[in-house]
Amino acid sequence: MELHGITKRFPGVVANKDIELKVRRGTVHALVGENGAGKSTLMKILYGVQQPDEGTITVNGHAVALKTPTDAIDAGIGMVFQHFMLADNLTVLENVVLGAEKLHGIGDRARAKIRSISKEYGLDVDPDDLVEVLGVGARQRVEILKVLYRGAKILILDEPTAVLVPQEVAELFDNLRELKAEGLTVMFISHKLDEVLSVADDITVIRRGTTVATADPKTTTARQLAELMVGSALPNPSTEESTVTDKAVLTIDAVDLDGGVGQRKVLNNVSLTIHAGEIVGIAGVEGNGQAELVEVIMGMREPTSGRIWLDDKDISDWEVREIREAGVGYIPEDRHRHGLLLEAPLWENVILGHQTQAPNVKGQLIDAKAAKADTEAIVHDFDVRTPSITVTAGSLSGGNQQKLIIGRELRHQPRVLIAAHPTRGVDVGAQASIWAIIKKARREGMAVLLISADLEELVGLSDTLRVILRGGLSAPFDPDVVTREELGAAMTGADGHGHGEQEDTK
Amino acid sequence: MKLSPRRILMGAAAPVLSIVVAMVVTSIILLIARDPVGDVWAQLLKVPNPRLLIAIGNSAVVLYLSAVAVAIGFRMNLFNIGVDGQYRVAAFAAATFGGQAWLPGWLNIIVSLVVAMGAGALWAGIAGWLKVKRGVSEVISTIMLNAIATYLVAFLLQKVAMSAEGSNVSSTKKLPESSRVPGIPVTIGEQQREIYGLLFLAVLVGFLYWFVLNKTRFGFDLRATGGSETAAVASGVEVKKMVLTSMICSGAVAGLVGMPLLFGQDYAYGSTFQPGLGFAGIAVALLGRNHHLGMAFAALVWGFLDQQSNGLQINAGVSDRLVGVIQGVIVLSVVIAYELVRRANIALEQRNVAAALAAEKAKTQRDAAEVSA
Repeated sequence: MELHGITKRFPGVVANKDIELKVRRGTVHALVGENGAGKSTLMKILYGVQQPDEGTITVNGHAVALKTPTDAIDAGIGMVFQHFMLADNLTVLENVVLGAEKLHGIGDRARAKIRSISKEYGLDVDPDDLVEVLGVGARQRVEILKVLYRGAKILILDEPTAVLVPQEVAELFDNLRELKAEGLTVMFISHKLDEVLSVADDITVIRRGTTVATADPKTTTARQLAELMVGSALPNPSTEESTVTDKAVLTIDAVDLDGGVGQRKVLNNVSLTIHAGEIVGIAGVEGNGQAELVEVIMGMREPTSGRIWLDDKDISDWEVREIREAGVGYIPEDRHRHGLLLEAPLWENVILGHQTQAPNVKGQLIDAKAAKADTEAIVHDFDVRTPSITVTAGSLSGGNQQKLIIGRELRHQPRVLIAAHPTRGVDVGAQASIWAIIKKARREGMAVLLISADLEELVGLSDTLRVILRGGLSAPFDPDVVTREELGAAMTGADGHGHGEQEDTK
Repeated sequence: MKLSPRRILMGAAAPVLSIVVAMVVTSIILLIARDPVGDVWAQLLKVPNPRLLIAIGNSAVVLYLSAVAVAIGFRMNLFNIGVDGQYRVAAFAAATFGGQAWLPGWLNIIVSLVVAMGAGALWAGIAGWLKVKRGVSEVISTIMLNAIATYLVAFLLQKVAMSAEGSNVSSTKKLPESSRVPGIPVTIGEQQREIYGLLFLAVLVGFLYWFVLNKTRFGFDLRATGGSETAAVASGVEVKKMVLTSMICSGAVAGLVGMPLLFGQDYAYGSTFQPGLGFAGIAVALLGRNHHLGMAFAALVWGFLDQQSNGLQINAGVSDRLVGVIQGVIVLSVVIAYELVRRANIALEQRNVAAALAAEKAKTQRDAAEVSA
């Protein structure tokens, strides 16, 4: 497959410019670049979701026009999305044949075909399993199988390891090598460089929408690759000397949260203490109770049992607003859903979450003038890049939206900061400044709960690390000595500990 | 949000566009039905005489109140379809109370208005309570409550009715002369006319609507909930409380809808009391984009069409129901047009922000280059 001179413009921005990419048959080709470098756009072009303004795509020497995903499939290009598109309540067979009923029917012929593909590529998928009982790694293999079933010869995997723990990543890479050995071509999109170096045969680096370099994984180091990606020296999340005090600010005591009827507990006997000047990091595969833990602390959900203390006040039964007023800052995981009013101007977004606090209000009235002045200060202090404070929040880039949220939370000098994935989806520059802001807050004695999927960020920033699995917390790890494998084992439960019970013995 | 020429243009584009679309669609319908297109538009678009002008103004007053009631819900994504039932219940309650003349003159008017607001709020509150406690969609419950209101009021009217001799029109006891609101005299050309005295009530409600929504904490919470319920919850808004409160506010305003009619024209609630104002209010709120001034404009357009339709049958030989078609098409196309304009606005804003930032960046780079040179 060859891409030549691909250019895609969106209003005001050029998402892709003169992309040059040559993928050899029977190889794993990695496309690396930081968030916002234009990887997604390129992928959408390859999958026929968007059309390039200029440039050509050739597959096996033939020029192809990819106008719809069907065209892409016809050209032998298959896409495995980062977010799985599977129906939980259907079997693997049903998921695979859905939309491809004409190929091999929906019965035994299809079943046999799935079995043979599974065997051929070592995917280890049983067509009659219900998808809901499968783990994340197996679901991903179902996605791959779905694509192979439709006859794809070129597989594009979009950040396939983002949802996997280290052990599952190793398995995935074995699968990819298998595919390669069978003569298929894999395009692997990632920004995790160690992984790229371990699996890829060729690497293309994309920066600011254009391909800037190709690299040979055998002779390139992760650091060199990263500098190619960023175009400059790298930021580093590591903290300075400890500022942890023995003053407990937020104490979570044996909190349980029930799931639905017949479901296991979403939070299981969670106990956690965060001291002033301490960052406690929570690692874990997504969906193991992180979001619920945050919601319980913030008062958006009531715990089934257990207490939560802020200093010596029991805040378990408080409303969100009282908890916020008492000095708990909140950086939500999904800033579009929980952090911003996208169609409201920046200054109104700065009021959001603090609509009972100075300087935003005078009695029952909104003090627009003071709120605007405060917004100007936040935009200045936290380096939010915006032409004015009256533009809508939705028109800013992700990194600037996040800086606005962090600025608004820190502006009210919280005692505790709940930061859920604070650097998700922001560019490297914004990531570095967000890390610096969190570190500064810690030095000033704030208690920080950091939830992240980025192990590097967790290890670099945290004073104490805990792993959450099926709603239970592991014993603390020391981020200075813990290895990725140890964390990975705790994240999947492969370390033999069922979490949640450990707090009792402590 | 600042008022820039672009904003005003974008704001006006959608309603104007949809009125044009409605005119085109209506003309097509007329052509298919072989009706005189020219005569119809000549009748609908002719300059109204002073009597009609006053009628347009009067119906706009009532429609505006109804639109505000609907808009309070709309601003937080709450669809109060039940303004129709709420204003009937309220008008009946106020007429029954006021007719008793327990209180003298103006005091009777004021307390009757309060009764109306209370009755409307109570009726809407049922839907709010059901939504908060049982998760019943307010769309379903308010529609049901409309039907219940119609029959309940008809039933109760029989209990208190004062049927005039030789007429099958039944109505509540007439308000005493001292408790009627005199019209505001208006001079149009040579003629002396009167517009509803409760015009001032509509103006007051409009002002409060603007003030509360845009200037108070409560209004901010309400708009935040409408903008993004999840973000509002995370910011500390108790959404259930907001649902109940705004439903009650909406109902209270809905309760006022029938008041200009009651105190300025009919002086009693009867089986001939003007129906359908609640549904018209939904249309006016949509056309006026929930904006305090936009809805006033929309109410005038609606009133204009309503009144101009009266002469259709006589002057053009076409049923006045045609205006219902025009109004329906306006609403349909205005909803589509607003969505298009909204998206265009978002895209335009993103482009402007990106362009402004790019320009700024280029400038700093140039400055840096100059410094180093």
